[in-house]
Amino acid sequence: MAAVTKSGLDKNNKYDRQLRLWGDHGQSALESARVCLINATATGTEILKNLILPGIGSFTIIDEHKVQGEDVGNNFFLSKESIGSSRARTATELLSELNEDVSGDFIEESPSNLIENNPDFFASFTIVIATNMDEKSLLQLGELLWNLHVPLLICRCYGFIGYIRLVVKEHNVIESHPDSTHEDLRLDRPIPAFVTLCDSLDMSSMNKKDHSHTPWLIVLYKYLQQWKDSHGGELPKIYKEKSQLKELIRNGVLKNKDGVPEDEENFDEAVRNVNTALHPTSVPSDVQKLFKDPACLNLTSESRPFWILTRAVKDFVEHEGKGALPVRGTIPDMTSDSERYIKLQSVYRDQAAKDVSDVTRRVHKLLQELGQNPCSISEKDIKTFCRNSAFLRVIRCRSLKDEYNPETANVTLIGQHLEDEDGDDVVFYTLLRSVDKFYEKYNHYPGYYTQQVESDITELKACLSKLLQDWSLSSTVKDDYIHEMCRYGASELHTISAYIGGVAAQEAIKMITGQFLPINNTYIYNAMKQSSTTLDL
Amino acid sequence: MAVTWSGRWNHVRKVTERTGPFAHPDFEPSTETLQFLQEVCHILVIGAGGLGCELLKDLALLGIRNIDVIDMDTIDVSNLNRQFLFRPKDVGKTKAETAANFINLRIPGCNVTAHFAKIQDFDASFYRKFHIIVCGLDSIIARRWINGMLISMLSYEDGELDQSSIIPMVDGGTEGFKGNARVILPGMTACVDCTLDLYPPQVNFPLCTIAHTPRLPEHCIEYVRILLWPKEEPFGAGVAIDGDDPAHVSWILEKSQERANEYNISGITYRLTQGVVKRIIPAVASTNAVIAAACATEVFKLATSCCQPLNNYMNFTDIEGVYTYTFEAEKKDDCVACSQKPQNISFCESDKLQDILTYLLESTTYQMKSPSITTAINGKNRTLYMQSVKSIEEKTRANLKKSLAELELCSGQELYVADPTTPSSLTFILQMGTKME
Repeated sequence: MAAVTKSGLDKNNKYDRQLRLWGDHGQSALESARVCLINATATGTEILKNLILPGIGSFTIIDEHKVQGEDVGNNFFLSKESIGSSRARTATELLSELNEDVSGDFIEESPSNLIENNPDFFASFTIVIATNMDEKSLLQLGELLWNLHVPLLICRCYGFIGYIRLVVKEHNVIESHPDSTHEDLRLDRPIPAFVTLCDSLDMSSMNKKDHSHTPWLIVLYKYLQQWKDSHGGELPKIYKEKSQLKELIRNGVLKNKDGVPEDEENFDEAVRNVNTALHPTSVPSDVQKLFKDPACLNLTSESRPFWILTRAVKDFVEHEGKGALPVRGTIPDMTSDSERYIKLQSVYRDQAAKDVSDVTRRVHKLLQELGQNPCSISEKDIKTFCRNSAFLRVIRCRSLKDEYNPETANVTLIGQHLEDEDGDDVVFYTLLRSVDKFYEKYNHYPGYYTQQVESDITELKACLSKLLQDWSLSSTVKDDYIHEMCRYGASELHTISAYIGGVAAQEAIKMITGQFLPINNTYIYNAMKQSSTTLDL
Repeated sequence: MAVTWSGRWNHVRKVTERTGPFAHPDFEPSTETLQFLQEVCHILVIGAGGLGCELLKDLALLGIRNIDVIDMDTIDVSNLNRQFLFRPKDVGKTKAETAANFINLRIPGCNVTAHFAKIQDFDASFYRKFHIIVCGLDSIIARRWINGMLISMLSYEDGELDQSSIIPMVDGGTEGFKGNARVILPGMTACVDCTLDLYPPQVNFPLCTIAHTPRLPEHCIEYVRILLWPKEEPFGAGVAIDGDDPAHVSWILEKSQERANEYNISGITYRLTQGVVKRIIPAVASTNAVIAAACATEVFKLATSCCQPLNNYMNFTDIEGVYTYTFEAEKKDDCVACSQKPQNISFCESDKLQDILTYLLESTTYQMKSPSITTAINGKNRTLYMQSVKSIEEKTRANLKKSLAELELCSGQELYVADPTTPSSLTFILQMGTKME
């Protein structure tokens, strides 16, 4: 990553607030990304804005349309002077002003033309974002990108409704950064060096200062041993037993000469952490699934690093790990003197390093066996993978083809949602599909023309009925929703575009950086209720 | 005459000139709604930063023309990753004016008036001009202040709230990939202080950890910031730390590294050092876009009634998929800001004034920042302790160690408390007992 921007600003400074979220390596991935936007609608330009500002490498806008009066009305990146000229050109110019280090260009052509005449054009993009495409062209594009392994993000805004669909065959996430995680402390199967450290400390002979500055992790371990000794080597499992253990710990607090318990913060922490620290060490189910995945079990010379690493860790778990993942290597802060905390921390760090070297040996052996370059997976990558091994995730989206084909459509799920009495937002998905059917027939969206709103309602209802029929669903959709869709008349309110612009841009960033977990695979936003729904269609 | 062109407001007009089954019961579709938005509606945007830039764009593109924006800051390089109305050449200029100029130029007919000022520089006569106030603030203190100001502007007749005195406040906040948007109808729905427990307390490490048992790199940095800097005054007597001055940060980095080496602690970096010193909160364009858009949509709903507004609090996060949670925050029956109920606090005669101060600072209900307390004894105003004026602080500091009895305070005594979190003094009634609990 170059250190300064084109005008000489320090990039570490400019991007500081986001580097704290995805790191320098995430930023590098962004700066190498090539993003394609189809149609410079308000939704499209808002999404691009939120990708250009954080510094994607480049963008290309494909849009054959000329700027119209109503386009300028809801789009920050078009001007009234541009009415009649290329929408792609104007949007590219005004968007490019947002970040001097991002290059942008445009193509004034319909995506269908490109798909038919120059399909490889799309192969070089990191991700394609499509807005306002008709169903037929969208399915064409979906098929092409599916085969090219290029992720596709479909976004549209319709009245007060926003919609996003992610289409990607497979996406691997190593750094998912989950919001809340269990610590990896291994109290149920302690690290040998941890046991040695604890055994070297005799709490009964400590002075007051050392006693109250002994890390809770060590305190808890010692009382656990006491417990085990009097309970046949078993750990506390049920609520009653854990309460008894907590009582045992509380009684261990030093008392002054009047028998009043001293203030020992570390003992309070030990008691507070009994429940979570006794959480058994295990391989999370999401990760177990990966271990059983064919991509992990059947490695080939084409296998990607993610699966080779997964396999190496799986084999580690089954051998050196004795059923556990590589140790994460971090411990939470806790009341303690500096020296013993650092010693304790080192125990976990050292074990993590040892596990990493075991995994590394396995990675190199696998690479060799597969005839792949032994340097293709770096030390740093192996270390990151091990540290995040409990949080690995894989997304595989269903194709657009499967979603749109009535025989493979997820009709059971749709039906369930439509039956929901509480007014579920999935009804708007069915309506968006219906207005597309309407458009196919009449070449305009229902309610677009004010004079026709009433007659469009009837026609839209017919389109909806046909769709439900195709899906073999007997569900009914209240007339209210059909009326509301015709009220919207395909209007694209700026604030709905701005909202979807933010959500979709972050989904694109997740795909580009490989960090954080993307949706799988559909997101519906209802600005009337300020509600969100995610579902797998 | 406003600049316009054919079709400009087609998108907006479909929801303002047509009704639907989910519109607000009071809604009447009309061409006058757009006219109201453009000619009459007057909105105040507080903050021209991450949320503010987005809010200005969003409101302008919904047809609102009369917008005021307040911001007390100037533009910094680190703003450029999301505050899109600013360019590298604008670094150093005021945010309010730069943002207003950009919007006015890009959106013909829009008239944003900039105020390079603090919200505390204005009084009720200023705030009364607006139909709706929308906030993109980065401080809880500021939120509470404007919340208090709008509450102070409410009028009651025979104990009944005069609804026409309500100015709705839409408030947005973001932090990394999380954010929230809420709609407050002062006097009617939950206000900022009603839900103070929703705001997580700031992480402050215990002083004994910083001074004696550092374990994390952050502890080392805080040691330099809190203890070493005041002692060594490396850039001159009385020179405070400027987190934006690379020389200051580098000095702190160096000293932090020395301390870390002493204790075998690793992980000190420039980025971490600056983050701790400035209490930096990570920020990206996308989250700000989402929350500002939700807020602007609510402003639009409140101004036009085209749709039911949010009732009344929405949380957003997109770390794992995309998730929002909407709920109705409850108005607190005895809220210190909006309930008009007297706040009773209980202490013993033998408690010190400092105990009352500590309580006001630490209680989750009040979370005050630097309260000043006055009272009336025998009809005369007496300042018990005041922090805001240095000379008075020095004079009244001794009172902190005195007992409430010594200070001649009795049960039922009214204490008037001023604090940065509120524009007007709050009244507390002191309930006093003689026995220790």
